[in-house]
Amino acid sequence: MTTLTGNLSAPTRALAEAEDVRPTRRRLGPGEPIRFGGLIGIAALLLAWVVGSATGVLDPRTLTEPWTVVQTAGTLIENGRLQESLVTSGIRAALGLGLGVLVGTVLALVSGLSRIGESFIDGPIQVKRSIPTLALIPLLILWLGIGEPMKVITIALAVFVPIYIHTHNGLRTIEGRYAELAETLGVTRGEFVRHVVLPGAMPGFLLGLRFAVTSSLLALVVVEVINATSGIGHMITLASNYGQTDIIVVGLVVYALLGVTADAVVRLIERKALSWRRTLAS
Amino acid sequence: MASYAGELSTEVAPAVRVRSLHRSFNEAGGVLNGLDLDIAPGEFVALLGRSGSGKSTLLRSLAGLDRGVAGTGVIEVPEKVSVVFQDSRLLPWKRVLDNVTLGLRAGDAADRGRQALAEVGLAGREKAWPHELSGGEQQRASLARSLVRDPELLLADEPFGALDALTRIRMHTLLRKLCEVHQPAVLLVTHDVDEAIVLADRVIVLDGGVVRHDARVELDGRRSQADPAFARLRARLLTELGVEDDHDAPGRHLDRAVERAAS
Repeated sequence: MTTLTGNLSAPTRALAEAEDVRPTRRRLGPGEPIRFGGLIGIAALLLAWVVGSATGVLDPRTLTEPWTVVQTAGTLIENGRLQESLVTSGIRAALGLGLGVLVGTVLALVSGLSRIGESFIDGPIQVKRSIPTLALIPLLILWLGIGEPMKVITIALAVFVPIYIHTHNGLRTIEGRYAELAETLGVTRGEFVRHVVLPGAMPGFLLGLRFAVTSSLLALVVVEVINATSGIGHMITLASNYGQTDIIVVGLVVYALLGVTADAVVRLIERKALSWRRTLAS
Repeated sequence: MASYAGELSTEVAPAVRVRSLHRSFNEAGGVLNGLDLDIAPGEFVALLGRSGSGKSTLLRSLAGLDRGVAGTGVIEVPEKVSVVFQDSRLLPWKRVLDNVTLGLRAGDAADRGRQALAEVGLAGREKAWPHELSGGEQQRASLARSLVRDPELLLADEPFGALDALTRIRMHTLLRKLCEVHQPAVLLVTHDVDEAIVLADRVIVLDGGVVRHDARVELDGRRSQADPAFARLRARLLTELGVEDDHDAPGRHLDRAVERAAS
C-alpha cells in the first residue's frame, strides 16, 4: 500500500497542477437557470408596492397599502365573509367545470367513435366555438333568470368547448394501427374504448382540461360581477361601489390563488395519468 | 412442386386453405390474381416476393384485415390466428404485461402472460413501459402477446425488418425455438432470402399475384450459410425473385458471360 501511494502521488500532483487551457467562445444563450427565478419578479413587484405605499408615491385611494390589505383579509376571515364567498365561488366554478367536462367528454367520445355522431355533433360545436360564451349571457339570463343555474351553465358552456376540441382531436390522432392491433386481438368494443381509446385520448383531454380551467375562472368572474348576491365577484363589486380597494385586492388575490391551485391540480393529474410519457421526457 | 402440394393435402387437412384469391385496390389491375395456397398444421412457410408482389395483401387477407378491398375467392383459416407486425405495436400507455394480456379473457391471464414473457426472455420486465425496452425486446414482447393466445396460425409481416442484424439473428433462434414448442402454422412475410431459408420448412415466392415458386427447404439440423445446399437454394430463390447476385462465387461471372453470348 505504502509503496503504491508513493507511486501514485506523482500523477495525482500532476493532476492537481494540471493546466486547463482551452478555447472558449462568448456565450450567446441565456445560460444557467436561476434557482427560484420565477419568484424573483413577483418579489420585486411586491417590494415596489411596499416602497411605493410607504413613501406615499402610491395614493391609498388608487391602491391600498399592502399591510392594510393583509389586515382587511384578516378581518374578512374573522367575520367569515371571505370563506363564505370563497365557498360559494368555488362551488359555482366546480359545478360548471364538472358539468362542462362531462358534457364535453361524452360529446367528444360519441363524435370521435362514430361517423354518424360526428356528422351531428361536430358542426354545431364548431359554430358554438365561434360565438364567445360571454356573448350568450343575455340570452341565458332570459332563459334561466339570474340564479345559480344560469351561472353554472354559463361556466359549463365556456368549459365544454376546449374539452371537446382537444379530446376529439386526441381521439382522432390515435394511430389506426392500434385499432388494427385491437382487431387482431379480438377485443370487444368496450375493451377497445377502455384500453385503447380512452388512454390514447388522455393527453388531448388533459390539455383541454387546462384550457377549460382557465375558461371556467374567466366565466366565473364575469357571471359574478354582472349579477350576483354572493361570491368573491359580488364582494369585489360591492367594494368597488364603496371605493374599498383593499377588499378588491383581497378578492383578486383569491382569484389568483384559485387559478394557480386549479392549474396545479391539473398538472398533478397529468403527471399521474401520463406517467408512461413522463418517463420518456426525463 | 405441384405434386408436392397435392401430396400434402391428401395427408392432413390443411390449417390454411386459399383458393383462387383475387384482390385489387383499383380498376387498373389485381394485386392477387387467383392465388391458391395450402399450409399444413404446424408448417412454417416463408413468403418471399418483390415489393408490390402482393405479400402483405395476402397476409392481411388471411388476418381478416382487408375490409373494403375488392376481391373474390375462398379463405379458410383456423379460429385462433395471431398477427405479429413489423412494428411491435405495443400500446405505449400500458405496461409490458398488460400489453401481452390485452383482450385475454382467461382467469389466469396474468400468469399466462408472465409465462409467455419468460419464454421470450423478458422475465422481470413485466412492469416496464414499452419505450423502456430496446427494439428487439419490444418485438419479443409482441411475440409473447401472440403466443399467449395459443395460435393455430401465426401471421408475421416482416417481424424482424426493423431490427439490427445481430438482434435479428437472435430473434431467428428464438422464433424457431418457440415454434418447436407451440407448433403453430406460420406464414412469415419477408424480404430476406437468408431469413426465409434459415427459418422455414417451405419457401414460397409470390409474383404477379400468384405463387410463382414453391420450394421445400430440405436442410438438416443447423442451417448454415456455408452449406452448399443452402447456397444453391438461395441462388435459385434469388433468380425467381429476379435478382442477380453479383458478390458470389468468382466463376459465376464467367458463366453469365457465356449465357449472354449464347442468347
